[in-house]
Amino acid sequence: MLIRKHNLLDGSAIPTSEITPQAKYEQYKRLSRRGLLTGAGAVAATALGADRIADLLAPSNRVHASTKLETVKSPLTTTGEQLTTLQDVTHYNNFYEFGVDKSQPAQNAGTLPTRPWTIKVSGLVKAPKTFDIDTLLKLHPLEERVYRHRCVERWSMVIPWVGYSLSELTKQCEPLATAKYVQFLSYFDPKVEKWWSESGIRWPYSEGLRMDEAMNPLTLLTFGLYGDILPNQNGAPVRLTVPWKYGYKSAKSIVAIKFLSSQPPTSWNDQAPDEYGFYSNVNPNHDHPRWSQKYERRIGQAFYAQQRTTLMFNGYTDQVGSLYSGMDLNRYY
Amino acid sequence: MTKKTRILLKIPVWLACLTPWALLVSNSLTSQLGPDPTKSLIHSTGTAALYLLMISLAITPLRRLSPRLSWLIHFRRLLGLFAFFYGSLHLLCYVSLYAYFNPATVFTDVFKRKFIFVGMAAWALLVPLAITSTTGWIRRLGGKRWNLLHKLVYLSVTLGLIHYWWQVKRGVLSPLPETIALTLIFLARPLTTFWANHRRNNPLPSSQS
Repeated sequence: MLIRKHNLLDGSAIPTSEITPQAKYEQYKRLSRRGLLTGAGAVAATALGADRIADLLAPSNRVHASTKLETVKSPLTTTGEQLTTLQDVTHYNNFYEFGVDKSQPAQNAGTLPTRPWTIKVSGLVKAPKTFDIDTLLKLHPLEERVYRHRCVERWSMVIPWVGYSLSELTKQCEPLATAKYVQFLSYFDPKVEKWWSESGIRWPYSEGLRMDEAMNPLTLLTFGLYGDILPNQNGAPVRLTVPWKYGYKSAKSIVAIKFLSSQPPTSWNDQAPDEYGFYSNVNPNHDHPRWSQKYERRIGQAFYAQQRTTLMFNGYTDQVGSLYSGMDLNRYY
Repeated sequence: MTKKTRILLKIPVWLACLTPWALLVSNSLTSQLGPDPTKSLIHSTGTAALYLLMISLAITPLRRLSPRLSWLIHFRRLLGLFAFFYGSLHLLCYVSLYAYFNPATVFTDVFKRKFIFVGMAAWALLVPLAITSTTGWIRRLGGKRWNLLHKLVYLSVTLGLIHYWWQVKRGVLSPLPETIALTLIFLARPLTTFWANHRRNNPLPSSQS
């Protein structure tokens, strides 16, 4: 019985609300193996609380039961896509403060100090505030939102994020009418992020959105993925997720948010303006100078099965297309 | 070196050169190519081509270090041909997995994207060298002309390295170790010549080849 239940969890056709985080699933598997060895005792223990017991049996596991986040369903979740595995989501990362190779953040980001953590909101707001991470976690009910994630490098994933619309935080600070842009700054400490010099980026990492983009409900202030708090390599403890833009627009490990009257400098745009525009909307009709953006490769598939057609605004035209009506998206790429 | 030892020594060299290919095939069959298998395929074939080309170019400077290393010349053609083999696989990966066998896409890429242009040029330069690598062709062309033609390998490897630099994001320094290694290989020739002349106490570089 135990085994069959676990096999169910392996499927991709389950409602996202019922998806068990993969690490947990691995824990269950490990537990069931031990359970078979040690007999009924372990089975009884499973009934009492698999999470706690599993953590006791595998204390070295990175994901602990206490880090699980309570979520509610969201109408803004993306359906009909097979999720990228937790293993790939957490071991294939661009987080250049921890190295330029995609396997490096998972190895190096362990030392990122995620507590205590605050986000300082300043600039053109009536109520400048500094939010503690634990306050932020309780500011609004957390939602699980599955989003497609498209990297400018032509690979893509489908990730069940946990968070709420950034607008919930913005409302608290009452931006002034003169605020036209929002800037996001990432944590930077060269002593922790010793790999910062591997790229030519000027730190701290800076990203920005136009005010209406920041206020769009799809723009997610993200605290977790796969029902758990964010692993460090994915931008713990809090990051942005802007699903209709290339991945680098979604700043990780955010420590400051500024409301501004003019467009803020952004890291990749600063590094290579011809390759990375301020807007960086996913756009199959606008080539990157070094490659076409018409297609993408879905992570975790066999090489002959990776190819997908890239969708305008990454498939979120219904929600965000109107933000850009009348704009020449080849000029404002 | 006897013919028998030469053949015996070629076995491990063949095996070493075939290892990247064998790993790619076995990893493809067992889904062990990592999260982005397409990228793994194109990167590993490109890297293998560049490394083998660099190793083949290191043979002449190594031989000059000592007369006891002169036998290394017997492996240069093999390494060069394997570099061409991996370069061709790299090209095949691009044409199939990136351009989806669409000639228009390849045409646009080659003339619009400079990193693809130099990469394609690096491979194209290796084609005449691979064809004329046989003993028959050396005889037909004559040693001098053959040598001159095969100097193209320096241009090819340089373009290959530029292809690598232009492929990575601006500011990323990952091709730096290969660049240092190739610079050393390029400098080794004049340096060993200078050293040899110096040892002979002959200030005139009369023995330069």
